Amino acid sequence: MTIAALDTVPTGVPTELARGRGGGGPASTRTVVAYGFWIFLLSDFILFAGLFAAHAVLSGNTAGGPTGAELFNLRNVFIETMCLLFSSYTCGLGALSAERRQPARFLIFAALTLVLGAAFLVIESTEFAGMVSKGAGPSRSAFLSAFFTLVGTHGVHVTGGLLWLVYMAAQVVAKGLRPQVLRRLLCWSLFWHALDIVWVGVFTLVYLMGAR
Amino acid sequence: MHDWRYATPDASLGPAPGVGQGFRHLGLLRWLVGCAALAVASCAQQGVLDPQGPIASAQLLLLLNSTAIMLVVVIPVILATLGFAWWYRASNAQASRSADEGYEGRTEFVLWSIPTLIVILLGGVIWISSHKLDPRAPIPANVNPLRVEVVALDWKWLFIYPDQGIATVNQLVIPTATPVSFRLTSATVMNSFFVPQLGSQIYTMGGMTTHLNLLADAPGEYPGFSAMFSGDGFAEMRFIAKAVPAGDFDSWVGQVRGSGSGLDLPAYAELARPSIAVPPKTYRSVEPKLFDRIIEQTLSGPRGPTSAAWCPPAQQTGG
Amino acid sequence: MLGRLSWAAIPLDQPLPLYAMGVVGIVILIVLGIVTVKGWWPYLWREWITSVDHKRIGVMYVILGLVMLLRGYSDAIMMRSQQAIAIGDAQGYLPPDHYDQIFSAHGTIMIFFVAMPLVIGLMNFVVPLQLGVHDVAFPTLNSVSFWLTATGALLVNVSLVIGSFSRATWWGYPPLSELTFSPDEGVDYYLWPLQISGIGTLLTGVNFVTTILKLRAPGMIYFRMPVFCWTALAANMLIVAAFPVLTATFAMLLLDRYLGMHFFTNDAGGNQMMYANLFWAWGHPEVYILVLPAFGVFSEVAATFSGKGLFSYRSMVLATLGICILAFMVWLHHFFTMGAGADVNAVFGIMSSIIAVPTGAKIFNWLFTLFRGRIVFTTPILFLIGFMITFVLGGLTGVLLAVPPVDFVLHNSAFLVAHFHHVIIGGVVFGALAGINYWFPKAFGFTLDERWGKASFWCWLIGFYLAFMPLYVLGLMGMTRRMQHIPDPSWRPLLLVAELGAIVVFLGILCQIAQLYVSIRTREQRRDLTGDPWNGRTLEWSTSSPPPAYNFAVLPRVETIDAFWEVKRKGLTPVEEVYETIEMPRNSPIGFVIAFFATFTGFALIWHIWWIVILGLLAAAVTVLVFGWSENRQHEISANEMAQLERARLGLGRPA
Repeated sequence: MTIAALDTVPTGVPTELARGRGGGGPASTRTVVAYGFWIFLLSDFILFAGLFAAHAVLSGNTAGGPTGAELFNLRNVFIETMCLLFSSYTCGLGALSAERRQPARFLIFAALTLVLGAAFLVIESTEFAGMVSKGAGPSRSAFLSAFFTLVGTHGVHVTGGLLWLVYMAAQVVAKGLRPQVLRRLLCWSLFWHALDIVWVGVFTLVYLMGAR
Repeated sequence: MHDWRYATPDASLGPAPGVGQGFRHLGLLRWLVGCAALAVASCAQQGVLDPQGPIASAQLLLLLNSTAIMLVVVIPVILATLGFAWWYRASNAQASRSADEGYEGRTEFVLWSIPTLIVILLGGVIWISSHKLDPRAPIPANVNPLRVEVVALDWKWLFIYPDQGIATVNQLVIPTATPVSFRLTSATVMNSFFVPQLGSQIYTMGGMTTHLNLLADAPGEYPGFSAMFSGDGFAEMRFIAKAVPAGDFDSWVGQVRGSGSGLDLPAYAELARPSIAVPPKTYRSVEPKLFDRIIEQTLSGPRGPTSAAWCPPAQQTGG
Repeated sequence: MLGRLSWAAIPLDQPLPLYAMGVVGIVILIVLGIVTVKGWWPYLWREWITSVDHKRIGVMYVILGLVMLLRGYSDAIMMRSQQAIAIGDAQGYLPPDHYDQIFSAHGTIMIFFVAMPLVIGLMNFVVPLQLGVHDVAFPTLNSVSFWLTATGALLVNVSLVIGSFSRATWWGYPPLSELTFSPDEGVDYYLWPLQISGIGTLLTGVNFVTTILKLRAPGMIYFRMPVFCWTALAANMLIVAAFPVLTATFAMLLLDRYLGMHFFTNDAGGNQMMYANLFWAWGHPEVYILVLPAFGVFSEVAATFSGKGLFSYRSMVLATLGICILAFMVWLHHFFTMGAGADVNAVFGIMSSIIAVPTGAKIFNWLFTLFRGRIVFTTPILFLIGFMITFVLGGLTGVLLAVPPVDFVLHNSAFLVAHFHHVIIGGVVFGALAGINYWFPKAFGFTLDERWGKASFWCWLIGFYLAFMPLYVLGLMGMTRRMQHIPDPSWRPLLLVAELGAIVVFLGILCQIAQLYVSIRTREQRRDLTGDPWNGRTLEWSTSSPPPAYNFAVLPRVETIDAFWEVKRKGLTPVEEVYETIEMPRNSPIGFVIAFFATFTGFALIWHIWWIVILGLLAAAVTVLVFGWSENRQHEISANEMAQLERARLGLGRPA
């Protein structure tokens, strides 16, 4: 059943309707998927915002234990930050290759992204293990609970992102760069860039401000 | 030619009239309930409705004024709702109907202005009263304030009088017409110290100090309790705030100093163990700076019933 | 091997929960038995369990909400009864240990597993139909959302039989909810189910924001969307913005409890005030998530049953968005008594009363919709009128509580309990019941019985006032909330009136059950043959009742607000359809399967059975991977097929 217009037959989207006011009819699948994923990412930012807030409140509550200034190795933080930032760059190059339907180049950039992301994780886990062995684990004080949870949650997201990248690479190999795979890659790269944005917040608010 | 799929705008629908009777019932019932509530409320001179100090009096007045301000809008809205619903019922041939109203700027402006004006008025009331009745604000008076330190335990209240060097459990004796300046904390979980007839409540939290100032105008016994659920013994976590003339207060202090035991650290440890419905008790002396030590202790280690096998004394009700 | 689970977890020594679960268990077995004997399993699996159709999912949400209403309401009656009996020397029949679990479960279930499912169910069913599209943006995710919510509800109810529920209230504040003071599994039975269903709800938020903003019929610009869709948009934006905060907060509390961290503990620098701030930063938007769609229902009902358009659509939209934004600026009013100081308290008090402005504007708009209308007294319009009176009074008490010094003497008292039940029952419950009565014919093809519907309305209305007006008075008299035992015998008459009110509401629930039974039995007499039983204004009424799976064979072209009303007004005859091939999503078992594994994982997390946790998570991950690899998630309906389907469908009921 349809609502009949006065004298015309409904055949697709009439051009006189203002697209800018949202009257263009349902958007394309690619737009819908990317938009929905972006909304999800916004919700993830809010999750991180909650953890950032907790960190801000608890950053001084060291309960007589070690402080950030005593624990942070800013040189390592710099290296892992560079790894992550470069991995965003290679991710971008990979996305471009995918858009140009060049699966081989995509896979190369994917591999580079994977290596850089893995390097980030290695440095971060070493840092965590070191802190725990010094008796500065998450149960030592509220500050450390907040630190490990915030930075650790980001690390868990990075891990998930790398596993997802491997999975996507497998899909590209098995199926090629068809529209559905491209949509999923778009979501993945949005995710990866978002993690980079969160990391900028982390190293500024947690490490740089915490080391003073 | 009309297709069966489209209902015409004049199609009658819904149930037959006779539903209008429902409205008479609605109004009548509202009256009855309202009267009942009013009647009961007027007999119930207790709690917030029976203020015994300047803070509580001011708060009751604020409550009544704010209610009156809101009723200025609420009552006409309720009457209009019932009135419009009744008058514009489908079976009323006398009512004038209109097609879709569309947008009417003037009506809209008035309709938004009414709540806006009320809220501006209320905003002023809120700002001024929040500052005047800030719990931390000392109450101006001719006499020096009495200092009381309050500790919420599981599940009783400990009151320490640091200047008099005594302490009580579940019994707060204060002199009338004297500001009482409270420092409060909890040795366990969040509670809320509240004597409705004297005024504001304030949370008591572990490792932290909150502040409250109250004053009792006249002698009397005023029920107090915790207003924040804190566990199994919560319902029995009650005390009496007893206001007595200043002279009687001094003799009471002397009496307490002369009998019973002291609240030293071992006695406090014993007191701090979980117990329910503890009868009032007094201590002739108090460990110096006990309040601060309790705060330190709370910050440094857990306290509380950690054994699931722990059994509260005296209050076992089968089932 | 089985973590901390042991036979001692089954409360053999406590007759009440065992009896309750016995009854529930028998009912479940009977239902399963009937389904098996009648051979309905293939139908249920194909048409409901694996369905990704928003209409089916919406109905399942509403069923979940109504079933859980029975559980939540049993808790309420038990609490009322205890408070009516345990006065003075009498101890009542519920020791503190039980009573504390019951009020904690009551709040948790009513908010998360009754109110949310009812509201989300209505939005699910109605929004795509009103927008004139085939389905939501992500139909399979929609199914996942529903089943994860069902998992949460199931796990909370398992606590009746295995172990015990939280005794730390519905918002679980520390330090009470920390391990030190709640060492057993109770608080975990609260946290894990809510984390799991929280994922589902967040996905719903993402789904509907995308649907409403990116999937609408051609010509439906933002200001031609029905008001219900605007309120659904606002509510879902609130979900997207607020639920992650709850997830983060509960995660921190779980980390404290499971890994010995110190976010909210008394010692080692934890901050219990931070929990209050974080929780209520979610908690206040949550109540607007619940009430905004209810407002949307009332807008639709007011317009339809007054026979005229909603008064001032533009201002309704503005008010909705205003409420949406303000919802995030008031959270501190839930703990004025925490001692934040006069400036902070005053600012939040003022912000809280500012919300009364757009809300008041909405009430006036509904009032002027009734003005000069032609009002037909169906069950939904009775709920509207009951709502307008009740919500305005409830809002009054809310504004009172927004004045910090007044809150200082009313916080956590029975007055507060009466206030929030006032607005939630008057707003959300009445809205949900109105919506169910209003859209039931669209969903099932026959109307609900009006007499039983009206009876349920009167019982709810009268019962509500009887149950909660005494609580306002008791709060003023000094009664605080969550009391297992009442010290003052002079409170008895009021508590008895409250108990009576609870019983009357229960009669209202029975009337609803009767309404369903009678309506189903007499459904042939009340068939909706036109698809438009109420002379409606919006697009859902232009479809048949129930609509076909694809909703619209050809998406309608929209040129005004109340698009369907315009068509009827102009008396248009439909032209011959020109069909195109459309793609509809296939059914998928993914939602059910993920929820299945989530149930076991959640249970194992509560009881510390780590190997099941790992296996469950792996299984869920594998399911996601399988889903992520799949192709062919859609099936085509070609133009010819569509033409045949439509001819067959519309051929039914055509007059000879």
